[in-house]
Amino acid sequence: MGRLAIRRVTDQIAGGGTTVVSMATSLLVVLIGLVLLVRSWPIFATKPLGELLFSTTWKPLQNAFGYYPFIMGTLWVTLVAMVIAIPICLLTSIYLAEYASRRVYAIVKPLIDVSAGIPSVIFGIWGVIMVVPLVQRIASSEIGHKLSGLPFFQINNPTGYSVLAGGIVLAIMVFPVIISVAEEVIRAVPVGLREASWALGATRWQTIKYVVLRHAAPGVLAAIVLGFSRAFGETMAVIMVVGNVPQVPRSLFDAAYPLTALIANSYGEMMSIPLYDAALLGAALLLLVVVLLFNLSARLVLMRMVRHA
Amino acid sequence: MKRLRRLEEHIFQFLMGLSLLVVLGSLMLILGTMLWRGLPSLSLAMLTQTPKGGYYLGEEGGILNAIIGSLCLAGGATTLALLFSLPVAIYLHTYASQARIAHLVRLAMDVLWGVPSIVYGAFGFIVMLWLGLRASLLGGIIALACLELPIIVRGMDEALATIPSALREASYALGATRFETATRVLLRQASAGLLTAVLLAFGRGIGDAASVLFTAGYTDRLPDSLFRPVASLPLAVFFQLGTPFPAVQQRAYAAGLVLTLIVLTLSVMARWLSRRLTRHVVR
Repeated sequence: MGRLAIRRVTDQIAGGGTTVVSMATSLLVVLIGLVLLVRSWPIFATKPLGELLFSTTWKPLQNAFGYYPFIMGTLWVTLVAMVIAIPICLLTSIYLAEYASRRVYAIVKPLIDVSAGIPSVIFGIWGVIMVVPLVQRIASSEIGHKLSGLPFFQINNPTGYSVLAGGIVLAIMVFPVIISVAEEVIRAVPVGLREASWALGATRWQTIKYVVLRHAAPGVLAAIVLGFSRAFGETMAVIMVVGNVPQVPRSLFDAAYPLTALIANSYGEMMSIPLYDAALLGAALLLLVVVLLFNLSARLVLMRMVRHA
Repeated sequence: MKRLRRLEEHIFQFLMGLSLLVVLGSLMLILGTMLWRGLPSLSLAMLTQTPKGGYYLGEEGGILNAIIGSLCLAGGATTLALLFSLPVAIYLHTYASQARIAHLVRLAMDVLWGVPSIVYGAFGFIVMLWLGLRASLLGGIIALACLELPIIVRGMDEALATIPSALREASYALGATRFETATRVLLRQASAGLLTAVLLAFGRGIGDAASVLFTAGYTDRLPDSLFRPVASLPLAVFFQLGTPFPAVQQRAYAAGLVLTLIVLTLSVMARWLSRRLTRHVVR
């Protein structure tokens, strides 16, 4: 074989190889979903889905597997996190995209990027050191007693290991996720639109409110959804601060037990009780499905926004 | 009316400043707290010894097992992830003949990036059982490699996307095949970006706990075999914080500080390298 032929064959082989690897890794999500489905099938085959999702009894020894308290735990913590994170993240991204001078931006952006890489256990320790005592102090203070009359603010748990602590820690964790995407989307709004608005006499803020944000809305929403799904699937930071009591939380100060914490805490005993492993892997499948739906829709919106920008 | 508009503008500017302060302040607060609580209990013995008997009651020993274990886990996982991500990156920038398919691959990677690490842990656990392994270094490497894969691919993809197409065309015009262009021009041009992607993925891998929880297990020994359990820093933090002894909890803070410093160093190094190495690249 001549040299040219060898080079051509190498190229063909490399092309085939990289294609196969690319397709295989792209299907990894599907593979993970299938593997989890196969292993959790025993639980979905023996129990009606309604009972699994809405029963409040979780007693593996008595063959009762109700995800409801854990689903509610996850939802409470995630929603509290989002209520805290959304306004702060939106205002910060608007500032970074519209107001920040080049010098401020050059300092702030790398800091936010770096904070995205901080491991979740570190957020967890920080929560234990600072946030849990803070919540505890609020719960036992005058303000706490006044709040206690309001719905969602009753204080039945004085420890500080609570939905609120988990929400605060998670909110800080998702700051960089939401800010980096939202800032990029806002920045991608064509300058011409802004100039047209200014030319009509609108102030900077009016331009942002009526032109820029309206144009960027789907992308900003996608950024929020990405943040939500990140918080939804977070394990380590949450497990350390929410108290892990299997109950349906009724107040910000109640302890909760999110799905992720359930999986992480029970893996040691799961092989010894029938159906237990299937139930836990079923919980993992539930997490995966929710996060996939959210991620996929957010990414599709973002892809289109970037393409049209 | 005009005054009202100006007032609104001022109020929102104030709120934006406040939000930025909260975001940066919380980051500083976290780093500051780690330093303040971690430094006092950080000692040379902690970094150079494995846990001795009674370590978890507050006696002699250190977390060398976790430090080395984490390096092995993240190193192995990054290597394994590289084996898969390099071909994908090359495919995206040379062989993907239709933009649609490249879009789909990128979408798949973005979605993979969003999968919670505990799900990778559960997946790794099942794969491990099927392979007949117990909790082991190899199990942890497999789970972490899945977690790191999308991070490396997207990082490399971005690095390769910055290469001007004229460079590629010049290479083709000289008669180079696509493979030669990819390995000798594209990868070389983007080497700084590729390295950055690898370092960032390594940093993510070393800090992740949920995926190694079931798959790597935990041990007081130094890692000696692919098929034995291995300790990791994030789990060292988690387990020590869970004990009722204040002396052991202090060590959790110190372990946390070590982990934070490693991750920050990697992250800063990655950014510095990417700026420094791109100086001599053709634009």
